[in-house]
Order: sequence, then C-alpha cells, then structure tokens
Amino acid sequence: MNGQGWAEIVLTLAVSVVLAWPLGIYMARVWQGGRTWLDPVLRPVERLIYGACGLRLEKGQSWLAYAMSFLAFSIAGFVVLYLILRFQNLLPLNPQGFAGLTPDLSFNTAISFVTNTNWQSYVPETTVSTFSQMAGLTSHNFLSAAAGIAVAASLARAFAANRSENLGDFWVDLTRISLYILLPFSLVIAVAYMALGEPQSLLASVTAHTVEGAKQTIALFPTASQEAIKQLGTNGGGVFNANSAHPFENPNAATNLIEIVSMNVLGYACAVAFGRVVMAKRDGRALVMVMALFVLAAAGAVYAAETRPAPALAAAHADAGVNMEGKEVRFGAPSTAIWTAATTGASDGGVNAMHDSLMPLAGGVAMFMIQLGEIVPGGVGSGLYGMVVLALIAVFVAGLMVGRTPEYLGKKVEAREIKYAMLAVLILPLAILGFSGVAAVLPVALKGLANPGPHGLSEILYAYSSATGNNGSAFAGLSANTPWWNSTLGIAMLLGRFAYAIPVLAIAGSMAVKPKLGATAGTFPTDGPLFIGLLIGVILIMGGLQFFPALALGPIVEHFQALHAVAASH
Amino acid sequence: MLAQLRPAFVATLFFTLLLGVAYPLAVTGIGALAFPFQAGGSLIRDAKGQVIGSALLAQGFSQPRYLHPRPSAAGSGYDAANSSGSNLGPLNPDLAKRVAKDTDALRGEGPGPVPADAVTTSASGLDPDISPANALRQVNRIAAARRLPASAVEHVVSASVEGPWLGLFGQPRVNVLKANIALDAAFPAAHP
Repeated sequence: MNGQGWAEIVLTLAVSVVLAWPLGIYMARVWQGGRTWLDPVLRPVERLIYGACGLRLEKGQSWLAYAMSFLAFSIAGFVVLYLILRFQNLLPLNPQGFAGLTPDLSFNTAISFVTNTNWQSYVPETTVSTFSQMAGLTSHNFLSAAAGIAVAASLARAFAANRSENLGDFWVDLTRISLYILLPFSLVIAVAYMALGEPQSLLASVTAHTVEGAKQTIALFPTASQEAIKQLGTNGGGVFNANSAHPFENPNAATNLIEIVSMNVLGYACAVAFGRVVMAKRDGRALVMVMALFVLAAAGAVYAAETRPAPALAAAHADAGVNMEGKEVRFGAPSTAIWTAATTGASDGGVNAMHDSLMPLAGGVAMFMIQLGEIVPGGVGSGLYGMVVLALIAVFVAGLMVGRTPEYLGKKVEAREIKYAMLAVLILPLAILGFSGVAAVLPVALKGLANPGPHGLSEILYAYSSATGNNGSAFAGLSANTPWWNSTLGIAMLLGRFAYAIPVLAIAGSMAVKPKLGATAGTFPTDGPLFIGLLIGVILIMGGLQFFPALALGPIVEHFQALHAVAASH
Repeated sequence: MLAQLRPAFVATLFFTLLLGVAYPLAVTGIGALAFPFQAGGSLIRDAKGQVIGSALLAQGFSQPRYLHPRPSAAGSGYDAANSSGSNLGPLNPDLAKRVAKDTDALRGEGPGPVPADAVTTSASGLDPDISPANALRQVNRIAAARRLPASAVEHVVSASVEGPWLGLFGQPRVNVLKANIALDAAFPAAHP
C-alpha cells in the first residue's frame, strides 16, 4: 500500500460522488417531465413512441398498473432477446458464423440481460455474433437500466404524493430515461472510449502475423458502444470473456477511471434526484453518504488484502508484494481495489481483474458487497429503491426503540410497509443461501467447480449472490454453462429482480395514498449523522447476520489458510 | 396485463432498432471517420503494411533477444479470440506449482527477486504490459542474445517505460510489443 494508491482510490470515489449532483438535478427534471436542452430533438421521438404504443398519458398509473407494465415489458424483452440469441445463425451480421445458443444458455442469457444482471455463462468472442451483441445485448443494456430507474422514479413520486394513487406512467419513464439520460451520455462516453483506444468494428476479426512469426487472430466487436452503456447502466456484461480486464474494453488508466465513475455515478444521482423530487434534499444526501462510505471501506479492504503476501508467490520466493495473478499490470492493486468495490457495490458486475484469483478476504469483501443487497450505490434505480427499503427498516427499528410510529420523509411507516419491506429483503437469503445449500451437495452442480476446498464453496456462494443481486460478476472458474447452473442461476436472477421490485412498488402504492405530514419536534430526523449511523448498522446487520456463517466457511477460513501458508514459506 | 402487451412489444422493437442498431452503427460511423486507428483495434503494421499485432494486446515472445510478456491463460496462450485469466484461487495447488516452476526458470536471469508479474497470468491473458522491474530484469538476457552492451539495451527499455496517468492513476509499465519493435529499430544489425 502506498500514498499514490490511496489517493487514486479516494479521488476516483470523489469524482463519482461530485458528478452525481449535477446529474441528479438533471435526472429529477427528466423524471418530472421538465424541459431539457435536448427537447427540440427528442420530443418528436417521444411522441412517436407514445403514439405507436397507443398510450393515453393523462391518467398516470396506480402501483399495480405500473408493476404490470414493468413486468410486461420485461417479458417482451425476454422473448425478443431469447429469439435473437437462439436463432442468431439465421440473422444478419454473423461474420463469425456462430450457431444459435442452446435453449438453456439462451434462457439464462436473456433473463440475465433483461434483469440488468449480465451474468455470462458463455465466452462471448466464441459464442455471440455481432448482431446479437448489438441488437440483442447492447439494447437490453439500456432497457433493463431504464426500467430500474423507472421504478425508482415512481417510488420518489410516491413519497412526494399527498393522498394520490398516481405513480406516473411506466412507459413514459422508460422512454424519457432511455432518450434523455442513457442514450446521450452513452454516445458521448463511447466516443471518448474510441479516442482513448477502444475498438468499434463490425468485422469479426483481423489476422496478425506476429513479430516472431506466429498467427494471431484478433477478435473485434462494436466494443466502445457497448462498453459505454455497460457501465453507465450498471450492466457489466463484457463484449469479451475477460470483460473490462481485456485491453480492448479497458485499454488504460483513463478509460478505467471513466468506467468506474460511470458505473457508480447514476446510482448516486438517483439518490440525489430522489431527494429533490421528495423535497428532502438533505435526506437524499444522507443516502449518498451511506453509499459512498461503504464503497470507500470496501475499496480500502480490498487494497489492503491484495497487498498482503500472496501465498503462491511467497512460497516460490518471488516478489510477493502484490497478488498479480488475475490482474493487469496497467491497473495493479489500487485500480483493481476501487473497481472491485465499485462494481460489486453497484450491481455492475464488470471486472478489471479476475475475482476468482483475488486474495481470500478481497473476494470475501466483493461477495459481501453484493450480499448487502446491491444498494451501495447499487444498480441504477434498483440501488436507490433497495436503499429506501433499508431506510424504512431503519426508521422502524428506531421507532421500536422509542415507542413511536415511525415516519420517513413525511409518510407514516406502518405494519403493511414493513411487511413488504421484509418480503423484499428476505428474498436475498432465500435465493442465495437456499440455492447454494442445494448446489453444495449436488454432484451435477459440483462438477462445475474449478478450485478445491473452501474456495470451491466461495465459487458457489459468489455465483448465487451475483445472480440474486443482479450483479453478474463471477468467480469465473466456475463452468456455469450447464443446464443446472443456467437454469438455477436464471431463477435466482428473476427472484432478485422481480421479487424485490414488486414489493417495492407495493410500498410505493401504499405510501402514495397516505397524507404527507409535516415534521414535528417528535420526528426522528433522517438526514443527520445519527440516521446515517443507524442505517449503516441496519445494512450491516441484515447482511452480516444472514450471510456471515456462510462467509465463515468460504473466504474467512481460506484467509486463515493463506496466513498459515505464507508463514510456513518463510 | 394483456393491454400492456402492445406497448411492451412495440417499445421493445422500437428501442431495439434505436439502441441496438442505430446507436452502435452511429458510433461505428464516428469511429471510422474520427478515430480509424483505435476503432480498428490499434493495429501495428510492418513496412510492407502487414498487420503484426495490436498495440493493446500481448502476443507471444520466446526468443531471448526480445522482452517476454507475462504468462497467458488465454486459449493456448495469447489467443486474442479467447481471452481469459487462469481463475485459480490464491491457494490452489496448481497455481503454486506453476508459479514455483516459472520462478525457478527466471531466478538466474537477473538480480533481485523475480517480479510478481513475470510469473502470474493476467486477467485477460492479453496484458500488453510488464512492470518496469520485470523489463529491466530481462536486459542482460537480451543484451547477450543481441551481443550488445547491457547499457544500450537498458537505454531503449527505460525509454519505453510509461508512467501512471496524470502521475496518479494506474501503474508504471512497459508495452512489450512496442518496446520490442523499438529494440529492433534501434539495433537493426541484430535482425536476421
């Protein structure tokens, strides 16, 4: 560890948080249908879509209608994407001549991209055609992100409402978020990525004759365009198997910084926008602070773990100062640490180092960040609504302590909302621990493991955490392209997305019809350090109590094995 | 729910065309006009115009007169159509065996401990860079193979070191392909 490394980590985080303010202000305006400087170009496109969809916009939607639209859209996306992948051999722009994906892989991949997970059971450069990358995967990078932000926007309206059923219109939110936020920013970022070195090509590959006379086939894709929305929409699905560790996806420290910032900034910006829509800017800021503190702590922990003596290097008496297995030289430990914290905190799931080869505690921290529920700052939209669920539980706990009906942002929090909140939160241990428990004893599942001992358990636990949290990163040694893994991980992704978002929308519906109360002397303030501390505590207890026993058998026991191995090699 | 299916499918198809076809094609067009080198994969060509590799990707070097890249787990090694790390856990016995073997082979090559990046596979298997320590430790071998004084080779290698971006982001590094091209350019007599 050194000063430069810490400075890089802190500065990267600071840039993400500071940029979130102007973006959050802009996002609030987009949520509320306000004017933007893109109106002259985009208003006509908006009207075209609403006309084609046959929408009557003046009514708005109740929470149930909003939820049904969200589900219907996800189903349509799943069907279209499944068909594109399954039959890519019959579609244009398949210069690689790839066959259609198998049914279980098409199922897994379609769910994965529709739920904003972007788990990849396959090696993209040997599996997915250029057309599938673009029309199939790039478009759902946008749409799953926009759908998540839409749910967050409706939750914000619910807290702002005073005895109203109207949560806004899902189709309008989806359209405006795609057109006014994700598309223009992605376009700018994609051009920057190309300027900094990322390829953007419709060719399948180029053949090089190397200096020493070998042949090297260099796979190419429309990389920059997908990389931009991949991070901005917290998707994380790579154009290449090595994801953002591949020099084409992330050629240098400059692209690395832009990618880290763009995978977190909209998550923070959602909290800022939420605060503005609800007219509680300081409460929005408190949520941002909780999110950023977790990322900082996790990045520091990963940095510390990765600069401890690596067992294999120590045993060989090589320089063991940094665990370089599965890392790129241009990034080293600090860039890897802040990326790992940002991508696991954000449900992004893109990686710039192989998490399977991280030191035990670093891999454990990555897993723990996912298990917190993808709320720090979480996926775009989904992070904010997950954080609000935890905030409701936090004020409920505070209310129990003083014996008063808790309130959050001027809304009474009652039994019904807490039940929905618990329903949402408990889906995580159910899916993660349930599936992991079964997989740990099933030979058909265990065949996929690449590493023996506690690390094998970590591979299982990480896979179901990643799928349920809609993260998508992996301990990638796991050979997941089998019917067992494809189907169970697909189900975990569905549960993590919809069994969480639907109760959130129910909370929104229930909050919206309540009267908006003014703060009194007895109201527990939810914008100050006391609440921040309480919320951090609740998040840690929810994550810690539920997952600590499982983590103790995986990364934690492996950490002590590593200490022992290093000590023995002296 | 049924009433929602029309907007659901219309929106999906519309956005597939806009975001999945028009957007990537627009970016491709901008790339072809404004950044043809980068958009094409940062390809390096020899004097005859033949592609010899990408400046961003590792390729295999095993002759003693060249800098050697990091070991690769991509395909059968440096496979730029099959990127991959080893995905071996930190305590995996296979990792310990591989590192021990590679370290032993490099121990006599230069002074000091063998640098970590010389005996570990990168995340992509295509890491184009090595650490400056790793590069400088190979100078004696290269100089002997090219029958040059070590200081001459060291001069070229040192000139190939790139520092962190803005002095802060990322790590110092040597691009192996570019440095080897620089070596061949500086010492053409050594070329067969």
